[in-house]
Amino acid sequence: MIRAVIVMNTQGKPRLLKFYEFQPPEKQQELTRSVFAGQGALLSGRPDNVSNFVEADAIFGPVIFSSLLFVSFVAEITKKKKQEEFKEGTRLVYKHLATLYFVFVFDSCENELAMLDLIQVLVETLDRCFKNVCELDIVFNFNKMHTILDEIIFGGQVLETSSERVLKAVEEISRLEKSSSSVSFVPKSVSGRFGR
Amino acid sequence: MEQLKTIGRELAMGSQGGGWTGQSKEFLDLVKSIGEARSKAEEDRIILREIESLRRRIAEPDVPRRRMKEYIIRLVYAEMLGHDASFGYIHAVKMTHDDSLSLKRTGYLAVTLFLSDDHDLIILIVNTIQKDLRSDNYLIVCAALTAACKLINEETIPAVLPQVVDLLAHPKEAVRKKAVMALHRFYQRSPASVSHLISNFRKRLCDNDPGVMGATLCPLFDLITADVNSYKDLVISFVSILKQVAERRLPKAYDYHQMAAPFIQIKLLKILALLGSGDKQASGHIYNVLGDIFRKCESSSNIGNAVLYECICCVSSIYPNAKLLDAAAESTSKFLKACLLFSESHNLKYLGIDALGRLIKINPDVAEEHQLAVIDCLEDPDDTLKRKTFELLYKMTKSTNVEVIVDRMIDYMISINDNHYKTEIASRCVELAEQFAPSNQWFIQFSVSNNFTFQTMNKVFEHAGDLVNVRVAHNLMRLIAEGFGEDDEGADSQLRSSAVNSYLRILGEPKLPSLFLQVICWVLGEYGTADGKYSASYIIGKLCDVTEAHLCNDTVKAYAISAIMKICAFEIAAGRKVEMLPECQSLIDELSASHSTDLQQRAYELQALLCLHSQAVESVIPLDASCEDIEVDRNLSFLDSFVQQSIEKGARPYIPEIERSGMFSVSNYTSQHQHETSSHTLRFEAYELPKPSPTPAAPQISVSTRTTDLVPVPETTYYTENNQASKLQPVLDASSADHGIKLHLVGVQKKWGRPTYSASSSTTSSSEKKTNGVTHLDGVSLQSQGTLYDSKGQQSEKQKLAASLFGASAGKTEKKPTSTQRAPKANTATAERPGVARAVSPEISKQKAASSPPPDLLDLGEPISTTTPTIDPFEQLEGLIGPTPGPSTLDNSVTTSEQKAPDLMALYTDTPPSSSSSISSGLGDLHSADKNSPMAKNVPSIKKGPNPQDSLQKDATARHVGVTPTGNNPNLFRDLLG
Repeated sequence: MIRAVIVMNTQGKPRLLKFYEFQPPEKQQELTRSVFAGQGALLSGRPDNVSNFVEADAIFGPVIFSSLLFVSFVAEITKKKKQEEFKEGTRLVYKHLATLYFVFVFDSCENELAMLDLIQVLVETLDRCFKNVCELDIVFNFNKMHTILDEIIFGGQVLETSSERVLKAVEEISRLEKSSSSVSFVPKSVSGRFGR
Repeated sequence: MEQLKTIGRELAMGSQGGGWTGQSKEFLDLVKSIGEARSKAEEDRIILREIESLRRRIAEPDVPRRRMKEYIIRLVYAEMLGHDASFGYIHAVKMTHDDSLSLKRTGYLAVTLFLSDDHDLIILIVNTIQKDLRSDNYLIVCAALTAACKLINEETIPAVLPQVVDLLAHPKEAVRKKAVMALHRFYQRSPASVSHLISNFRKRLCDNDPGVMGATLCPLFDLITADVNSYKDLVISFVSILKQVAERRLPKAYDYHQMAAPFIQIKLLKILALLGSGDKQASGHIYNVLGDIFRKCESSSNIGNAVLYECICCVSSIYPNAKLLDAAAESTSKFLKACLLFSESHNLKYLGIDALGRLIKINPDVAEEHQLAVIDCLEDPDDTLKRKTFELLYKMTKSTNVEVIVDRMIDYMISINDNHYKTEIASRCVELAEQFAPSNQWFIQFSVSNNFTFQTMNKVFEHAGDLVNVRVAHNLMRLIAEGFGEDDEGADSQLRSSAVNSYLRILGEPKLPSLFLQVICWVLGEYGTADGKYSASYIIGKLCDVTEAHLCNDTVKAYAISAIMKICAFEIAAGRKVEMLPECQSLIDELSASHSTDLQQRAYELQALLCLHSQAVESVIPLDASCEDIEVDRNLSFLDSFVQQSIEKGARPYIPEIERSGMFSVSNYTSQHQHETSSHTLRFEAYELPKPSPTPAAPQISVSTRTTDLVPVPETTYYTENNQASKLQPVLDASSADHGIKLHLVGVQKKWGRPTYSASSSTTSSSEKKTNGVTHLDGVSLQSQGTLYDSKGQQSEKQKLAASLFGASAGKTEKKPTSTQRAPKANTATAERPGVARAVSPEISKQKAASSPPPDLLDLGEPISTTTPTIDPFEQLEGLIGPTPGPSTLDNSVTTSEQKAPDLMALYTDTPPSSSSSISSGLGDLHSADKNSPMAKNVPSIKKGPNPQDSLQKDATARHVGVTPTGNNPNLFRDLLG
């Protein structure tokens, strides 16, 4: 399951935060900060030309491991074997494009390379949507970006991977939004009748 | 800062490309001013001002709805930057009630971002969601489903469940898809509430839209993870779906980068891996399709590799099939080998290492081929890759390579500052050290490994002491105390004195973890003076320093004072006078007044002990008895002769406790009578606790005599409580020991003992082994150092490392006996017997090696003369793998990306790169660069080799350009770069 999508710029300023498990705003900030420059220097500390994957148990994972330490050793080994099957193993995949980091956080049920391609899908779609996307587009249209993201990922699961179809859906939405918003100038009593 | 200025400039120019229409000037100004903010504080000020104005304006009556939408968006923005916008939540909720699609969607977006699923306002939204789920407009339904997914909690699931289930049959596939996913989400949140609907997932698997089918795989994956057995019947359906997908039966629209629906394939492979795990029959169905995918899957694209990797995972999970395992191993080696040529290769390396880790579980020999690649990964600048490699090493640790691996791990552990991972790697080190070291029966190995375990633990403690478990500390103490168990007393004492030496040295360090200090105190107390090298006062002084210099807690102080007590006791027992150091005296004084009763007691015990006679002290605290079982001889049989003597001399015989409890305060005149009727005891205390021992009936007469001077009740209960103490009492009385001490005895011994340990075996020493153990101890540990640090050039060092990591398997290729074969041999043969050449030769070679440049530690079996000059397998390996990524490959990547920098999207879709010129030049670079390197002679063999390098090179270019548009691709984000 995908646990979060974070888009931030190279200064670590969040441009889009979407957590598929609720996190209070302070926690969101903290997580974003630690993804950007956490212990062991995450994104900001990674050189170019290295892999796009980072293990993020320390930031996101429920810290099963430290609790394990307090069990006796024999029990620990057996338990660890058991745990291996259900290990949370939170990882993140990031992509550095121009001034932005696109970060997907996910658990062990997803394939890292596939997630990397999902970022690609997102970026492709954004690019088509905004005609050469830049950071500015994302800042000003983050609600549209949310719309796009909702078409790609739904409740933490991959919903759609074709940027064409995502684009089509998004266009449909904005078309209908426009037509409905033109209705909304009409007094509410009337729009109530024509509403849908 | 640069791009912030760009934002500002663009805003100034008023260029509104891309079309962020709909937002007012104010929002643009806000974003602009935030972008131009020089500091975090300034940014905060701007946003706080913004929030204030929003708070005011949002509360105004009759805000136009379009304006309200914008306020809400601004609130979302403010909250994304980390500021509280809770005052606006209710307005966002209100907005979801709006009829306009645009406003409703904005409202839903805001509430999904703002609210947790147990927020109070949720109850206001549930009704809206219910209504919207029934809407005719499918977009409203979709929006409601998205919101339901995020906001509906366990309690409210029943409210929307019927509608969501109805939507599973919605004519629009987009809606069906989302309904499936929403149902999945409900299942995740509360499996019980949707358990009766699980059949729906099976039904949707047959949906005629592939998208819906793909969506259904997500919940099915979860369900199967939870309970494999009830879905075995689906194996055949899954296999047939996968087959159809792989054969491209799906509509073209589902292709992604020339792959047929890769995400569906990946999900299916994951599911099949679960279903086929440990199930021969189910796996039988899967083999075929897996083989197909291995054949068809092209590794030229990112997503193709993703599918391949998933295949490897699947193969390693299901019931093993030799042919598929070969295919998987081949793909793995492609990942690992390709990485030496690609510049954009770390992702593949990562997957390759991971896949290797999976495969070696089934077939440990797979790793052999990739020794150098693995070692390259270990020295890679990429931290993620390093960790993955350590994980792999952890999995492939054997008793033969445990030292090298743990050494590496510790080095790495010291170098990182990530506490979470430090903890993990520390516990792994300890676990490996414990798991592998003591299990080896070969005595040399044994002593070495014990010593090694000891060093490992020390290092772990020193660098991650606060992160490891108390249990580990106890194990370390036990290791030192028990030493090597049965037969090697000499090595034991050597280990102990080396422990004392190193700990005394370590105490000089400014800051030590508390747990480590406890161990140090304990060891110094037990063995500080054991070998006579250090005087008692020196050790005591050190221990006093510990409590002062290190700001330590009560536990450490307790350990320290107990250690001092032990040393004093040993001194007294040895008949030497203990002169009290002033600092020690002040420590005792301090602790006697401590708030902690434990510390107080220990201090008083020490003081009492100092006044005791040497014999008494010796029996109280015997030398080196930490491993002895504290046997409580309840009959005190060892005193029998003494008692007999005393009785003969006219002493009073022992009176059993029950009688004594009555007797104690009874005046003397009854004692004579008591002697006569000693067999008849008296029970005059009616309410005493029942005793296990049967009490004979008391004669009536004595009751009458005694009732006159009745013993008070509390005193009686005192005696029953201090059962143990009162039993000891006559004994101590007899042996003229100090009366004040006797109660302490019991408690003290408990504290010194090893409370958590089970019974230890008694130690019997075997002299012939001992001598060998001692001589080899130093030589081998020296050697292990040499393995790592003595560098005769980078490459040879790597080879050595490889040999030590993969030692056993490398040895096999050179037709040397593997260590596993050696161990039992050495076990059976006595070391002195010259006839057994094989078993003895490693020792000889090791002894030689201690002085000369060391070969690998673990290549024990090889005589020196053969190891150094010709190690062919490694060179062959190099030939297979090809050159390491040097500057040449980097050059290559740069030139290609510069030559090919058209639009990103155009590039992404075309696979085989057309610019062959750049490749050939890149190859040329490669060759010229390699001439200098020691591997130059191997380059031709690459061309002849099995993997076609040219095509790999092409792949590299394609991947590089296609997958990562960097700054060199100007068209993406062109407007930012100006």
